[in-house]
Formats: sequence, C-alpha cells, structure tokens
Amino acid sequence: MLDVRKPLMRMGHNVVSGVWRVGSMARFFGLVLASSGTSFNRFRLVMREVYFTGVLSLIIIIVSGLFVGMVLGLQGFQTLQRYGATESIGVLVALSLVRELGPVVAALLFASRAGSAITAEIGLMKTTEQLTAMDMMAVSPMARVIAPRFWAGIISMPILSLLFSAMGVFGGYVVGVVLIGVDNGAFWSQMQAAVDFRYDVLNGLVKSFVFGIAVTVIATFEGYDAPATAEGVSGATTRTVVTSALVILALDLVLTAFMLRADH
Amino acid sequence: MPEQTLVDVEAVSFSYGRRPILKGISMKVPRGKVVAIMGVSGSGKTTLLRVIGGQLHPSSGRVSVAGQSVADLDDEGLYRLRRRMSMLFQFGALFTDMTVFENVAFPLREHTRLPETMIRDLVLMKLEAVGLRGLARLKPAELSGGMARRVALARAVVLDPMLVMYDEPFAGLDPIALAVIGQLIRKLNDALGATSIVVTHDVFESLQIVDYLYFIADGVIVGEGTPDEVRRSEHPYLRQFVQGVSDGPVPFHYPAAPWAQDVGLAGGGAHA
Amino acid sequence: MERTTIDLWFGAFVTAGFVALLVLALRVGNLGAERATETYRVEARFDNIGGLKVRGPVRSAGVLVGRVADIHFDNERFQARVTLALDARYTFPKDTTASILTSGLLGETYVGLDAGGDDKKLVAGDRITITQSAVVLEKLIGQFLFSKAQEDPPRK
Repeated sequence: MLDVRKPLMRMGHNVVSGVWRVGSMARFFGLVLASSGTSFNRFRLVMREVYFTGVLSLIIIIVSGLFVGMVLGLQGFQTLQRYGATESIGVLVALSLVRELGPVVAALLFASRAGSAITAEIGLMKTTEQLTAMDMMAVSPMARVIAPRFWAGIISMPILSLLFSAMGVFGGYVVGVVLIGVDNGAFWSQMQAAVDFRYDVLNGLVKSFVFGIAVTVIATFEGYDAPATAEGVSGATTRTVVTSALVILALDLVLTAFMLRADH
Repeated sequence: MPEQTLVDVEAVSFSYGRRPILKGISMKVPRGKVVAIMGVSGSGKTTLLRVIGGQLHPSSGRVSVAGQSVADLDDEGLYRLRRRMSMLFQFGALFTDMTVFENVAFPLREHTRLPETMIRDLVLMKLEAVGLRGLARLKPAELSGGMARRVALARAVVLDPMLVMYDEPFAGLDPIALAVIGQLIRKLNDALGATSIVVTHDVFESLQIVDYLYFIADGVIVGEGTPDEVRRSEHPYLRQFVQGVSDGPVPFHYPAAPWAQDVGLAGGGAHA
Repeated sequence: MERTTIDLWFGAFVTAGFVALLVLALRVGNLGAERATETYRVEARFDNIGGLKVRGPVRSAGVLVGRVADIHFDNERFQARVTLALDARYTFPKDTTASILTSGLLGETYVGLDAGGDDKKLVAGDRITITQSAVVLEKLIGQFLFSKAQEDPPRK
C-alpha cells in the first residue's frame, strides 16, 4: 500500500509546485514590466545586453539557418521531383522557414545560446551576492540587471528570427538553383507568388516576438530564482533550456492555430 | 559632545521558517564608533546585519537607523536610507562584468549626475585611500581575495556613507591582508566620520580596532564590553572565544538525537 | 571606447534585422511585385471555383498577369463572383475566356485567361462572360466510371 501512495504523493507535489512556479513567474513578469523605466531612460543598458544576447548569437543563427535551408532544399527536391514540381522548391523552403522554422528554430537556438547564458549570469550574480550588494546600494537589481536583459531579448529575438529565415532561403537557393539547377526565375517567382508578406512574414514575426518574451522571462526568472549554490545555478540553466523549448513549441501550436483561423 | 545613538536595535527576533535565528537582541551603536558583533559561525550575526540593512524584516522588535524605523519604510524610503549606508560583503561582491574603476564608480553613476571628470577624481581618490589606484583597469577576477575586499571597501565608502556594515571582512585572508583591512576599517571610519558595524569571528583583529564588542551565541547576546573589558573578562563564553578552546559553553557537537538512535541500535526506528 | 563599440554593434545588428525583413518582404514575399504595378479589375462568374483562394494567381499562357482580388457568392445566380486584379501592362480582348485550372495534378488552383479575337479590350469594371468552372476530380471519376459501365454491357 505504501508503495502506491508515495509516487502519487510525489506527483501531486510536483503539480502543486509547478502551478506555484507559474504563479511566481507571472508575478515576476509583472515586476519586470513595472521596473522597466530605467531601461528606457538609459537605453544604453539595453543596447549592451542586445550585444550579449543578440549579436553574440549571430554566428549560430546564421550558420544554422543556412544549414536548415539547405536541408529543406535537398529534402524538398527529393519529394517534389516525384510530382514534377521541382520549381516549387523555393515555395517549400520559404514557406516552411518564414511561417514555422524561422521563428521556432531561432527561438530554440536563442534559448540554448542566450537564455542559458542569461540564467547562468544572473544566477551567478545572485550566488556571489552581487544582486544583494546592488540592492544594498539602493540600486534595484530588477531595474538595473533584469529589465535590460528582458528588453534586449525582446528586441533580439525577432531580428534573429528574420536573419534565420533569410539565411535559410539563401541556403535553399544555393542547393536548389546553384547545385541542383532549378531555374532561377521559376524559383523566385513561384516563391513570390506563394509567400504573402502580411500572412506569412508578419505572422512569423509576431510569433518570434512572443517567443522572445517567453524565453527571456523564463531565463531571467530562473536565474533570479536559482538557489545560491553551484548546483542551483546549473539546475536553473538546464531548466531554462528545457522549459523554454516546451513553452516555445506549445505557444507555436496555439499561435499557429490562431493565425490559420484568422487566415480564412 | 554627547554620545548619540545611530543604530538602535530593540528586542529583535527573527526566524527562518520555524527555526529561530535571533531571539530578542538589543544593542546600541553610537555615532562615530566602530562596533564589532562577534560570534561563532551560524550564531546569527550576518542575519542581524541584514535586519539592520532592511533586507530581512524582524518577526518582532524594532531596528532604527538615524531615527527611522527600518522595517516601516516603504521601498523608496528604504532606498533613500540605503544611499547613506553601505555594506561590505564577505567576498566583496564586486560586479564581475565591470573593471575595478567601474565598480567603484557604480554608486556615483547610479545616484549622482556628476560630470565624468569629477567621477574619475573621486574614484581614483578612494582607490588611492585603499592603496589600489594602480589596479583601476583590472577586472575583479584578476584580483586576489584581499585586494578584491579593498576594492569593495573603496566602493562602499565612495558616497561617504554615515554607516558602513562589514560582513566578515577578515574571512579567508592571510595575516598581512587581514591587518591591512583592519587598519583600513578604522582609518576610513575616522576619516569619513562614519559609523561602522563589523560582523566577524576574528577576535584578535577586532580587539585592536573596535571601540565596543557584542558577543552573540544562539541568537542572544551573551556578553559585551570594550576591548579592555573583554580581555579581562572572566565570563566563560568570552574566555572560550578569546582563547579559542574547542569545547566549552559553545559545544563541539551540534544538538542531535542520541548517538545510539542514529546508528539504529535503539530499535524499531529503522523504517521511519 | 567600449561604449562606442557597443553602439556600433547595436546599430549593425538592428540594420541587419531590417535588411533581412526587407529581403523577406521584397525578394521572398510579394510586397515588391504588388507595389510596382498598377492593376485594373474585371469580374467573372463561375459555377464552381474549386480550391481558388483570394490572392491566387491569374495566368495567361502560363505567365502571371494578375491576382484574384476578391471572391463572393452571388446569392441571386447561385454562382461564385470572382474579381480579378489584372496587371495594367497587359490588355485582353473582350471575349477572353476565364477558366479555373490546377497546375499539375495536385498543384495550386489558378485562373487561366485565354484571349479571344475581339478588337475591343477589357477595361476596368468589365465582366468576362465566357467562363469555365473547375473540374471536380470526384465528378470526373464518377462520370468516367459511369460511361465505362455503359460501354461494357455485363457479360453472362
């Protein structure tokens, strides 16, 4: 009997603490928004963080985008060849990237590259009492440390996602037109005929904007909430990546459902 | 000049959850003096410092700094008070992403609108006071523990605070660095006309630099006095502390269940 | 020193973002093509438009000459009323035929225009009177099976 009850109790405990966490994260989000004044009065603080979260993520975003686009090109060609529609390769690459892969994969990469760094940095600042020291100097860590990183993430994420998509299309072009030899004109004209700026590009941008909010809130919260030990910080960093990934994919489903509905 | 009280701690209690840390502590810190709070690790000294700084709220009792009750202040009032006090953390808590110069300049940049040249002069002046002007360009990671603590000291006094709190300033330092920090605490206190509270377990160093000592054990004050009184004291706790004996009123063993029960010999408890 | 480099990076980063957006809008998307050309609108009625969508292509001789601007259901004639936005560079005779076609077996649905021989040209607001509806695959297969069944009388 004891053996059945224990896992059940543990499960219940996990559910309760999970809901608890969601609650504190929401409160944290409100606090960040409330302490955002400094970020705009001293925008240089945000620019500095954009450098660390955005600019330093450029390499991985650009390279991954290129590879994903090339793979899409190769796979698409294999499949489209059967229907004699290899010119549609541009459509396939561009639509998959702009609507889904650009925002989602860029956000996943962003979470593991920049999100984990944010968590580790804030967690370490907490562990070494830098946040407490700042608080004792009458400088709010929320306004001085958390909020600039949050806004930097919101600025960086859509830009990274756009770059990812653009690089992916270029990768698809390299494979489709340069390597395989699909007609250049057909490649671009079919793509332009099928990709709508408002429905496809802007909706993708909206997605990446939402993902940016989600990832930075999770990353800053986990760092701020991390137990002040080495294991605490490493655990928080892992949680940032895992939680971000799950939240990104779940949000993507919801957003896609909404957008397709609004589409027609 | 009559002796004024800057920090007044009245019957303060505090507990983490159900574990009581402070049990009704009262003490007075006069303006301009250096006061030490002594005690073994885990006796609640650091907690007391955080209560004075307003980071923790006492469950009962009252702390007032310069006539203001710390726990009753709102965020803005607390920040206004904290601009006039500063705390030196155990390991310095320097901002690792800034240079030494920027660390010391941080409070000035955040709280004043001084021109860059004046900030530069002030920072270099404070760094000169702790003898590290030559390290201004380095990052905190490149400093030794003692140097980092001195930089943190410069940062703590850059706004000329009325109250400086030191959390274990001597921990983990070699004897020379330790003496340097001790002398700096005394000199800066007198030069700035500040008041200092030093939380430490280093009794020898403190006896040389402070004006008054409080001894805390298990959340209560067990003894107090000027350095001379403490040296002469026959109080068993103070004697144990000053002479560094391992067992005495401060027991070697943390309270625990009887030895036999923990090993499982008491019977019946194996599946608890 | 450090401050100006941060500014530079920030500027470069944001600029790169804008360039990417521009590329996606003009080169990958349809924003560039749309803005560059003037259009005129003509109307056509179909019994069945199949899978035609708003913004779908209009082609003549395989060349993209316009887009579907609007699709409505005409509740008096019980037909689909499709508005086509045609590129002003191209003109078509009045007796042009509009058909709903599919590129390939499974490709996208589009409107195909076959020019007639009239001297008068279509102008904005005109209606294309000769139309051919979408071929519904299910119906086609049904008809095919039906005619097969009639051809081959069952053998005893």
